Amino acid sequence: MITKQTLGMYKVFTRGGDATRATHYCAGCGHGIINKLISEALAEMGLQDKAIMVGPVGCGVFGYYYWDCGNISAAHGRAHAVATGVNRVLHDSVVLSYQGDGDLGAIGFNNAFQAASRGEHFAAFFVNNATYGMTGGQMAPTTLLGMETLTSPLGRSAQHDGYPLHVCEVFNQLAGPVYIERVSVADSTRILKAKKAIRKAIEIQRDKKGYAFVEIIAPCPTNMAIDAIKSAEFCMTVMEKEFPLHCFRDKSAEALPREEAPTPPDINTFFAADQTLDVPAALTDDSFGEVRLKFSGFGGQGILSLGHLVADAARLERRFTSWFPTYGPEQRGGAAACSVVISGKPIGSPSVDTPDVLVCMNQPSYEKFVGSVVPGGTVIVDATVTRTIEPPAGVKLVVMPAIDLSTQLGMPKAANTLMLAALSKYGVSRLKRESLLTIMANNFRKKPAFAEKNLALFEAGEKSVANT
Amino acid sequence: MTKFIKGNEAVVIGALYAGADVYFGYPITPASEIAHAAADWFPALGREFLQAECETASINMMFGAAAAGKLAITATSGPGMSLMQEGLSYMAGAELPGVIVNIMRAGPGLGNVYPEQADYNQAVKGGGHGNYQCVVLAPASIQEMCDFTQRAFALSCKYRTPAIVLSDGLLGQMMENLILPQSIMPRPDLQAWAVAGTAETRKNLVSSIFLNAPEQELHNQRLQAKYDSMRPDAAHETYLCEDAEVVLVCYGISSRIARTAAETLRSEGVKAGVFRPITLNPFPAEALCKTLVGRKALAVELSCGQFRDDLLMHLAKEGKRYQEVALVNHMGGIVMSVEEIVAAAKKLR
Ligand SMILES: Cc1ncc(C[n+]2csc(CCOP(=O)(O)OP(=O)(O)O)c2C)c(N)n1
Repeated sequence: MITKQTLGMYKVFTRGGDATRATHYCAGCGHGIINKLISEALAEMGLQDKAIMVGPVGCGVFGYYYWDCGNISAAHGRAHAVATGVNRVLHDSVVLSYQGDGDLGAIGFNNAFQAASRGEHFAAFFVNNATYGMTGGQMAPTTLLGMETLTSPLGRSAQHDGYPLHVCEVFNQLAGPVYIERVSVADSTRILKAKKAIRKAIEIQRDKKGYAFVEIIAPCPTNMAIDAIKSAEFCMTVMEKEFPLHCFRDKSAEALPREEAPTPPDINTFFAADQTLDVPAALTDDSFGEVRLKFSGFGGQGILSLGHLVADAARLERRFTSWFPTYGPEQRGGAAACSVVISGKPIGSPSVDTPDVLVCMNQPSYEKFVGSVVPGGTVIVDATVTRTIEPPAGVKLVVMPAIDLSTQLGMPKAANTLMLAALSKYGVSRLKRESLLTIMANNFRKKPAFAEKNLALFEAGEKSVANT
Repeated sequence: MTKFIKGNEAVVIGALYAGADVYFGYPITPASEIAHAAADWFPALGREFLQAECETASINMMFGAAAAGKLAITATSGPGMSLMQEGLSYMAGAELPGVIVNIMRAGPGLGNVYPEQADYNQAVKGGGHGNYQCVVLAPASIQEMCDFTQRAFALSCKYRTPAIVLSDGLLGQMMENLILPQSIMPRPDLQAWAVAGTAETRKNLVSSIFLNAPEQELHNQRLQAKYDSMRPDAAHETYLCEDAEVVLVCYGISSRIARTAAETLRSEGVKAGVFRPITLNPFPAEALCKTLVGRKALAVELSCGQFRDDLLMHLAKEGKRYQEVALVNHMGGIVMSVEEIVAAAKKLR
């Protein structure tokens, strides 16, 4: 097809190789007409600078030879995802996607469906020619029943291949789209209507109103193996029965333009405001060595926060510190455990397999971990745990009635504070009592009543340890 | 300013200070905290966050945002990384920047959610179709999870190819002190090639198509030359290597454990050191070859020997020599203990 310069298209198609004045489309193909309608609409509305076309893989892949606007060539089926990426970061541009029925209706259907459902801000042009044109005429999701293609040589069978996919009708179930219409380019009256629909979809983008979807029935004489006139007739008489031309939705008048977010705060101010403990970086201190602790129990006993508190106290004393939790399904079984390493130098392995200190608040974790404590180490265990296994030789055992005592004192959920008191009293974390208390107070800074009660509990715990 | 945070959260802080405009992602353990933190912090700081419908979508959204000249990041773990290979190949082909964080978990298939390093070949050798490479950085601490995310953006923009931060479930989940960056990195100018919806960029085209074979070959040759030119950005770290008789070669979390193992070995009379590549691509091959001369080498990895085999390749290609590299490893989500490394190193003597 030889074209005169079309409004909105390049004068010469230098990107297309040798044939710089002809498009690559076959005679009678609907793509050429649709390419032209889109470029004319963009030019007439003065939007070429702002326009970004996301092209498909399929016969429309070389649209960027012609469209005089920004062009991005997406992977097969991904134009909706790519256009989403563009419109999310460029709110002032006019984003368009252009896809065939294999590209959008098959390989990229979920990407298209989800983008439509989210009501992304772009216009989608969907060319339905009932076949895979570019790859030589295989069956498309839109292929009609009985239609012979390379991959449905006996004709599409409902039993074997399922039914033609009606994309407009499916998208019309979604709340996201602002505008959905099916048009055709099979004759001049239809082309005029198609042009209007294309313009409307682009206007919706210009006005920042949301997602617009235009399906365009297009002849494909080459793959239907008929001439251009018969192919156009086929579109009008046969395809339109399956895919009626219709405006399914037009909310363009009532849709509101997208709102822009308020100016954000400065990044440093933002992170400074989040109130997590901000301490100077750790210092190297070879004399300190390393303490490796493991905290274990049931989820809900405050095991992870106990480990976190100890880690924060270590940071306060400018020790190198790491905290590593069990995660994934392990944690869902109800078990909770974390490793804490406190060191005078940068920490190697953060995972504590052979702890110096094991804090244990339930039976299963006692049984699981007690054997791993190193000689010279300490096990602090809640008194409710029956010690079916003895700790290894040279390991000190501390029994703390944390659960009972905290229940007696009316704070059953704060048993971890009593374990902390034991840890502190025995000095096994090598952290100062006041560091631990500073962090505890900081953790409860928004609930002063809690802070006081926990301090009282901590002191009760220290006394109870002293008495054993 | 310092914070005690998870590696996964440190990634997001790195991205924000790198000036990332947008986060796209799909939830997966053990990477989900990256999406959680991004969902909190990106919008609060005027950046964009979007949960995609799948990782194929995430990476193609990245493609779109990058084509528009913006800085995009996504994070995932093995199964999602596999889905992203299509988009990575297209991004590399179209020469688009972007940062992909892989918090590796055990595979193949669904595997489990515990740490592994078995996506090494996938990250370092391309992973998708065609002759392409990504920049690959391997952090080993929470500080580096942040810093290397920033570096990944810088290198990705410099070389116009995707950059992967190759980490694992342990580094993602653990907490350490992070010293926050002081200011947002200067913004690279991408307008020469971006399609930004402006008069200046109207002529631009982002595409990976070269229909004509000689042109496609030329494009490939240019890409290869570009990948070769990345070598000066290869980085590594050595620990106690000066007088070492045994060198533990490892990256990421394995190098942390190897550090402790090297100290233990020294306390037991074996002079051990650690060689740790910081960039897995470009690989610090020259430094590796020099460090290993006259020394025994032990690869420490959470994979089947993918990394060890790559070391052999680098020694042969760069050092023009064959050298035995022993292997101590675990797979399946088990992290090797210091004792295992110590025992393996002692066997070499
Ligand atoms: C992942 C992938 N699978 C398959 C292809 C091959 N392919 C290219 S175009 C196409 C179908 C195009 O058909 P359609 O979207 O209907 O567009 P048309 O050519 O009919 O306009 C296919 C299967 C590809 N490029 N990428």
